[in-house]
Amino acid sequence: MEKAELSKMESKLLMAIADIPGITPGAFSLRKNGKPVYVNTTPNINIIKKEDKPGIDIYIRADTKDEEVHIPVVITESGISDTVYNDFYVGKNADVVINAGCGIHNDGCTDTHHNGIHRFFLDEGAKVKYVEKHYGEGSGDGKRVLDPVTEVTLGKNATLEMYTTQIKGVDSTVRNTEAKLDDNSTLLVSEKIMTHGVQHAETNFSVNLDGKGSSCQVTSRSVATESSTQKFVSEIYGNNECFGHVECDAIIKENGKVVSTPAIVANCLDANLIHEAAIGKIAGAQITKLMTLGLTEKEAEDAIINGFLQ
Amino acid sequence: MLELKNINFSAGNKHILKDINYTLESGKFIAITGPNGSGKSTLAKVIMGIEKPDSGVILFNGKDITNMSIDDRARTGISFGFQQPVTFKGITVHNLLNLSAKKELSSDEACDLLANVGLCANAYLDREVNSSLSGGELKRIEIASVLLRQSPLTIFDEPEAGIDLWSFNNLIQVFNSMREELSGSIVVISHQERILSIADEIVLISDGQIERVISRGEPMDNIIDLHSCRKI
Ligand SMILES: Nc1ncnc2c1ncn2[C@@H]1O[C@H](COP(=O)(O)OP(=O)(O)OP(=O)(O)O)[C@@H](O)[C@H]1O
Ligand SMILES: [Mg+2]
Repeated sequence: MEKAELSKMESKLLMAIADIPGITPGAFSLRKNGKPVYVNTTPNINIIKKEDKPGIDIYIRADTKDEEVHIPVVITESGISDTVYNDFYVGKNADVVINAGCGIHNDGCTDTHHNGIHRFFLDEGAKVKYVEKHYGEGSGDGKRVLDPVTEVTLGKNATLEMYTTQIKGVDSTVRNTEAKLDDNSTLLVSEKIMTHGVQHAETNFSVNLDGKGSSCQVTSRSVATESSTQKFVSEIYGNNECFGHVECDAIIKENGKVVSTPAIVANCLDANLIHEAAIGKIAGAQITKLMTLGLTEKEAEDAIINGFLQ
Repeated sequence: MLELKNINFSAGNKHILKDINYTLESGKFIAITGPNGSGKSTLAKVIMGIEKPDSGVILFNGKDITNMSIDDRARTGISFGFQQPVTFKGITVHNLLNLSAKKELSSDEACDLLANVGLCANAYLDREVNSSLSGGELKRIEIASVLLRQSPLTIFDEPEAGIDLWSFNNLIQVFNSMREELSGSIVVISHQERILSIADEIVLISDGQIERVISRGEPMDNIIDLHSCRKI
């Protein structure tokens, strides 16, 4: 495919979402303003454009080790509405890192939408670390909206670690994640969200622990500032001898609002499910301690929030 | 260096500090002792600015700091090690030391600071300062975060509490070398005879008042008598 030229702004977005200034060697797919613009494959990782709808199929060969896949999306034109379907097929005992993310720069007055519909199919023993960052910026009135959907199917002994971060500039997001786990498979989810202004963020997790010895750990840390709102819903179904742990921790500031709705459902006597949720403002003692070290109140708050979302 | 004049403090209908008057000279190592609940921690918090006195004046190097904020006092040269260390979510030991140092410390620098308080450093740097650390570990990290500031006035609130014997000996050494090197002052709130015995002056507080000030050399059993003879 054609070589991708990146503007300064696009490089900056890439940096924000993937810590890379541009195209890197290895498996790569770059989507820009609603169109695929660059694809690179490796002997072990094949990326094929879907025929029937926008998106790609990513095939990772069995036993692939020490490889990374980058699939960033950048949007710099106002008013783009883009839905992409990406399917990941990860072969037996492969062990890879997948870096996704979406950066939107919207200076216009129409909304920009991006919906990444991701499906993961992990074969027996496969191991994937999935890292995703969402970031928005721009001076226009147009909103930056991201509604990702993730479907996870884990084979026996497979492990998926999902790290998702949305710290800045996304006006509205509704994230839906569903997972089905086979015997001895593990799902680890770590979510970090910070909202400002009148932003809204919503996360829905639904995990079916079908397999014997399957386990799932969901950790959500969020900060809702100003007049922003957040909603966190998690449903963990223990359908076998399994372990599930959901931990939802939120800091609220100013008029920020957070609703946390846990559901843990034990459909099997040997299911062991835990839910912990805490919402509150920053503890006064934490601010006091940092102020005794010479930080101003504002610096103390920032340090506490940075640490919390670190 | 520090002058407390007619300090009164009440909270929740309780008159906790009753007309405290005390002058601390620079370069001195002072121990404050007294029964539980007598107001020692409250006095330390008043000096640090964490609690505001209802009346009275605090002078630091001649300057009235009575209405100064906590962080301004910190920057003016006062440090305070909490009796109960504060825990955080996500802030690592290394982060906390960086915040205190106001710069990025290298791992080696951070390790040295922890070694001072007897912590085998590398294992701790990336741990979060949360309750997964033991009480003694948290306490030593707290002390390290205060020591590194090298303030003209440093107040430790029961630094020995929960600390094992080996680290306690270390701590005594740290205090000893601090008094040798520092031209500043150290105030240690303590119930430990070994700490009292190295102090230049022992301030005995009971029921919110300074009951006695005992100079170095005066027999220690005076204090123990005062403690044990107390009738409530
Ligand atoms: N905010 C408050 N509201 C009500 N009472 C308080 C408050 N703070 C302290 N007190 C009370 O004031 C008294 C002095 O407390 P302080 O913590 O200063 O004692 P202390 O001398 O440090 O004791 P210890 O040796 O146990 O550490 C105690 O009776 C305590 O319960
Ligand atoms: Mg006390």
